[in-house]
Amino acid sequence: MKLGRYVLALAAALLAVGGAGAQELVVGLSTPVTALDPHFHNLSPNNNVADHVFDKLVHKDAKEQLRPGLAESWKALDDTTWELKLRKGVKWHDGTEFTADDVIATIKRIPNVPNSPASFATYTRPITDIAAPDKLTLRLKTARPHPLLPNDLVAIRIVPKHIAETAKTEDFNSGKAMIGTGPYKFKEYVAGDRVVLERNEGYWGPKPHWKTVRLRMITNAPARVAALLAGDVQMIEAVPTADIARLQKEPRVTVSSAVSNRLIYLHMDSDRDKSPYVFDKSGKPLEKNPLKDVRVRKAISLAIDRDAIVSRIMEGQAQPAGQLLPDFFPGTSKKLVAPKVNQDAAKKLLAEAGYPNGFSITLHSPNNRYINDEKVAQAIAQFLTRAGIDTKLEAMPSNVFFSRAGKLEFSFFLAGWGAETGETSSPLRALIGTFSPATGMGQANRGRFSDDGVDALILTAMTNIDDTKRNLMLAAACDKAIGELQAIVPVHYEVSSWALRKGLAYTGRADQYTYAFEVRPAK
Amino acid sequence: MTVYVLRRLAQTLLVLAITSLLVFFGLYVVGNPVEILVNPVADEVERARAAAALGLDKPIVEQYWVFLKGAFTGELGTSFVFGRSAIEVIVERMPATLELAFLAMLISVTLGVPLGLYAGLKPKSWVSKTIMAGSILGFSLPTFWVGLILILVFAVQLGWLPSTGRGPTVDVLGLQLSIVHWEGLKYALLPAINLALFKLSLIIRLTRAQVREQSLLDYIKFARAKGLPRSRVIGVHLLKNILIPLVTVVGLELGSVIAFAVVTETIFAWPGMGKLVIDSIFQLDRPVVVAYLLLIVFMFILINLVVDLLYSALDPRVRLGEQK
Repeated sequence: MKLGRYVLALAAALLAVGGAGAQELVVGLSTPVTALDPHFHNLSPNNNVADHVFDKLVHKDAKEQLRPGLAESWKALDDTTWELKLRKGVKWHDGTEFTADDVIATIKRIPNVPNSPASFATYTRPITDIAAPDKLTLRLKTARPHPLLPNDLVAIRIVPKHIAETAKTEDFNSGKAMIGTGPYKFKEYVAGDRVVLERNEGYWGPKPHWKTVRLRMITNAPARVAALLAGDVQMIEAVPTADIARLQKEPRVTVSSAVSNRLIYLHMDSDRDKSPYVFDKSGKPLEKNPLKDVRVRKAISLAIDRDAIVSRIMEGQAQPAGQLLPDFFPGTSKKLVAPKVNQDAAKKLLAEAGYPNGFSITLHSPNNRYINDEKVAQAIAQFLTRAGIDTKLEAMPSNVFFSRAGKLEFSFFLAGWGAETGETSSPLRALIGTFSPATGMGQANRGRFSDDGVDALILTAMTNIDDTKRNLMLAAACDKAIGELQAIVPVHYEVSSWALRKGLAYTGRADQYTYAFEVRPAK
Repeated sequence: MTVYVLRRLAQTLLVLAITSLLVFFGLYVVGNPVEILVNPVADEVERARAAAALGLDKPIVEQYWVFLKGAFTGELGTSFVFGRSAIEVIVERMPATLELAFLAMLISVTLGVPLGLYAGLKPKSWVSKTIMAGSILGFSLPTFWVGLILILVFAVQLGWLPSTGRGPTVDVLGLQLSIVHWEGLKYALLPAINLALFKLSLIIRLTRAQVREQSLLDYIKFARAKGLPRSRVIGVHLLKNILIPLVTVVGLELGSVIAFAVVTETIFAWPGMGKLVIDSIFQLDRPVVVAYLLLIVFMFILINLVVDLLYSALDPRVRLGEQK
């Protein structure tokens, strides 16, 4: 009896997988791929597809920790010299052998891709010299100590030398130049519709389960869910939060979730003496900018009920945030936790700062960039209004939002940051370090927070190539910047979700990528 | 006649110039493409490089001048996002949109005219009342909702048709078409029905109103009194006269279905131009948006011209080119 039921369940599982042919996997992606050239546009959907065809020297696991890729090992010989040992016997999809020359040619191509709207040169610029003592060894020189060089190498997809030297962006789109060493070979690309891939039988790494993979672009979220339920696709990414609960009950589907590296936070103008969107209660501009006062910034943090946002608005698809990245990432602080809401303490801090009756402010937010961004901002505005800071919300499409934020037009806004390095120096440098083209810090610090102590902690940490020591210093910088000075107000970490037909398994990735080669039948 | 067509084409150029000016400066006001395109981790050096590579570092007037110079040689700029000629990117998606639009119009005309005729000739029968009630639904239900319901019923519950996407294509005279064979047609049915629903209702109501109005006119009475068979009265005398307003509406609706199938294309993941232009607006890919709108304006002008020419063919009283 028991055995019979077991066999039935197994048969059902096999049928579910077998629906579209057990050897083919169809995936519904949420954003369109715009170019196949892996060095043309640094954009997640493009990188996601490129990673199926091209390998990197260094790979990342689901929790964003570094793993050997085309480089079997890497070490720093001194503060500014790195040596990488390359994998032996790796073959390109056209059968030729992979060598150090291919890497050198790739790194030379990256800053010189014509018309690139967002190049990968940011990652190769620190490399001042590159040499290959033998076919499988690379020596990289940097001008200054650059401890994140291995992390940066994760962004560089390696192409063969003859392609790096001659191929144009359109040669990749046509498929002619789509030769990598990755788990899948390129087969077909229909703009705005699909990418079809074929398994690379000679792959050096773990053999992917699926012989063919079709990556389909289904941008509308309900349509993506419907396609999964109809069995037209076996896996979708970016499951809408409103559908998660229903899909979890659905017998034909399993849901996989993982907390991501994306922090949703509030930035405050803590620089200008007079800020454009801060008013007194009667609507007159305030002469003094209250956001410069750390007590006001802390009051804002305490007034927000993160648990309510996570459970009600995000339907559990987020984690309350107390710092820049979830605890398991390197460089996070052990001391910082997500504050519990405390309206009384918030009011008290406001009174101490000289605003017993509060003030008025406008919160700006994008409305199509992050998961439920406008609704989250709406809730935050209500929490703050309850604490005495009358908050008006102005939400707008991200194309308008980011242009205006870049021109420092806002006083107070909601935004997000995905730490693609998988450690805290990325948000520390970008969001909190003093804006300065010389240090390269603060490129997204649109509140223009600035503190010499924090800067010093970050900059010293970034000259230390010892991972353990550096991460301790970064944690100290987080303690000072968030715990002591409240440079920004962390709200939550987004949780990303994937839904699959029953019988399939996928370990959700913190970098939010959807890799068909990591999808397997459930055990 | 020739003078008339030439004069209309000259007007076209003026309209196109004004459109390009409005769109170009309109998008400039919306935002700075560099902020959207560049990866957030990029530093100032990279931002400056991207701006220069895309020609966005020049003053806006100069950027427009560069665009105009290109436009006169038929080149409407290079897409920021795709790195390819904007026209090329659009034309590549055109067959998908066109075949969907034609299928939708085919459905609405072949169903709409007979149903409207019936409802107009027998206004009191319950079948006519059902048709008219149904057409109200077709008018009032929002496209995105109907689209999702169609998917849920025919793809998820019944499993008869695929839920989204475009089927395999066949090369027809150099065009990649999917609706010419069943494998591809079954993908196109649901989106085409979704697009057709509104037009269908419109055509039913318009036909019915025309039939009701014309049936009472003397020429119909006269034809009947002459003893002509009913089929000839309806099929020749009546139908020919109700066609004039129908042709106008069908022409304009065909234009709008090609240009604004955005919602349906998005829901059904149909890789057409509508989806492309929405994505391009969000990414501030100005060359694609400008080229697309110029193309659409041109198409509307052309359709209007064809409609006007059809008028004179259908109704000899209408003569073109007489106004001096």
